[in-house]
Amino acid sequence: MKIAVCVKQVPEGPRTRIDPSSKRLDRSGEAALNAYDAHAVEEGLRVKEATGDGEVVVVSMGPEKAADALRKALAMGADRALLVSDEALAGSDLVVTSAVLAKALERESPDLVLFGQQGSDSDGAVLWAAVADRLRRPLVSQVAELTIDDASLTAKRQTEFGYDVIEAPLPAVVAVSDAINEPRYPSLKGIMGAKKKPQETLALADLELEEGGSASRTEVYALGDPPPRGETRKIEDDGSAAEEIVAFLAEKRLI
Amino acid sequence: MPTLVFLEHHGDELQKGSLGVLSKAASLVDEVAGVVAGSGVAELAAQAGKFGAAKVYVADDPALEAPLPQPRVDVLAQLVETGGFDTVLFANSVLAADVAAGLAARLGAGLNWDLTDIAREDGRLVGKRPALEDSVYVDVGWTSEPRLALFRSGSFDPAETGRDAAVEDVSVELQDFSTKARMVEQAHEEASGPSIEDADVIVAGGRGLGQPENFKLVEELAAALGGAVAATRAVVDAGWYPYAAQVGQTGRSVSPKLYVACGISGAIQHKVGMQSSGTIVAINKDPNAPIFEFCDLGVVGDLHQIIPKLTELVRARRAA
Repeated sequence: MKIAVCVKQVPEGPRTRIDPSSKRLDRSGEAALNAYDAHAVEEGLRVKEATGDGEVVVVSMGPEKAADALRKALAMGADRALLVSDEALAGSDLVVTSAVLAKALERESPDLVLFGQQGSDSDGAVLWAAVADRLRRPLVSQVAELTIDDASLTAKRQTEFGYDVIEAPLPAVVAVSDAINEPRYPSLKGIMGAKKKPQETLALADLELEEGGSASRTEVYALGDPPPRGETRKIEDDGSAAEEIVAFLAEKRLI
Repeated sequence: MPTLVFLEHHGDELQKGSLGVLSKAASLVDEVAGVVAGSGVAELAAQAGKFGAAKVYVADDPALEAPLPQPRVDVLAQLVETGGFDTVLFANSVLAADVAAGLAARLGAGLNWDLTDIAREDGRLVGKRPALEDSVYVDVGWTSEPRLALFRSGSFDPAETGRDAAVEDVSVELQDFSTKARMVEQAHEEASGPSIEDADVIVAGGRGLGQPENFKLVEELAAALGGAVAATRAVVDAGWYPYAAQVGQTGRSVSPKLYVACGISGAIQHKVGMQSSGTIVAINKDPNAPIFEFCDLGVVGDLHQIIPKLTELVRARRAA
């Protein structure tokens, strides 16, 4: 069983911002493996462990330093890492990113492709569906429980209405919810061993792709401040909070 | 600017979020069509006229019965190509997000997500998108057509404009891979109390309640205020309250006139499901809880003391 896990490095810390000149996310500061993706890595490792043999390859697109995030996945136990990195990819939108990842995944031809439930930087929760369409593979997203048999998967999908149970033949694309597992912490041995694991970096040309971020179909026009939400009245309960709430609701004509 | 709106349904109801997007689209452009994809959904299509659709396409096929995204991508791709739509709009949901992104890949079309509004400015379509935990508002656009947009749920209220929609059946050609995933068991909504999506008043409970039994406090306050009960994901996952009541990213999005948050910290995943509420009152013992940054009245205190008293006062006021 060959499992590919698509992961992303995201900016970390309170100073995360959008660069006003490029209008892109400023990726120059501290960065880490997207926390949602750690659940996908964990699930990949569990599937590999359950099936007894196989390989977990982590795949990413990003700047060169995204190799750090991949190393974290390797430290957790993934076998190999593949990073697509090219200056021309800056500013890539969904159309471009999904094309690049699909190309990289085609090279690997995994039985199972895993994604985490969203990018904590972009709030994007859609990439898997675009990649699945390009790979022409069945897709299940928002998966809270995953069982893999020889040639098929059974997934419990969490939607607004409860849980669905969905089956699909392999190869397939699955996006896991963060409720699916608790990601393991890398052990010291894992961290030391990660440095020796194969890490490959590819440029756009290696994937026989020409267009990068310039082929994006979306753009950012302007950045602005959030609209004011009105004042928050904050009180500490001194025993009269219930009365104050009632007075507030009455003033707003809500009771 | 012929615009197509994906109309999601559950059971025999079109979803409020899709109808809101439809109404918004109708306020921006003249030619708005909707598309309903499912099995036995012809009846549903006509409902969309009231909310602004001039035309509703119906893809009715047993293969579309389960709410799975990939066959719906086939339907929409076909419609966009034959119908000449330059804009396709979606109200966010687990299903709609997957359909929108699949369609983006299929058509090579730009998709902007998490939008809370859309407007025509200087002759172009501009999407409004709160980003980085809503700390910055970004104006986004498209460099080509068709333009695809996914709106945060609760962004628009459905408006009844009272038109009749022309209904047109479309035949469906599905791709092989689109029908490989198969629904084995579909979720059924647990019917308990009034639906939180339609309630004017919601009282919601989170982990700060301490234990499941304390949901009784929330239920009593909700009853006194004539409202519905909601819950955070943390307490739903813990089994304290049914999933149907879950508000937030992986639950429902609500926009009642009044939202009373009891023992809810206000994590971003919850915030996105309730921040468009008219008035937000929060009770939490942690003065640093994020919810105090986006509520109208924040009360730092012990909810076990405050809520029963509040319930009494509301009851007394109602009785008076």
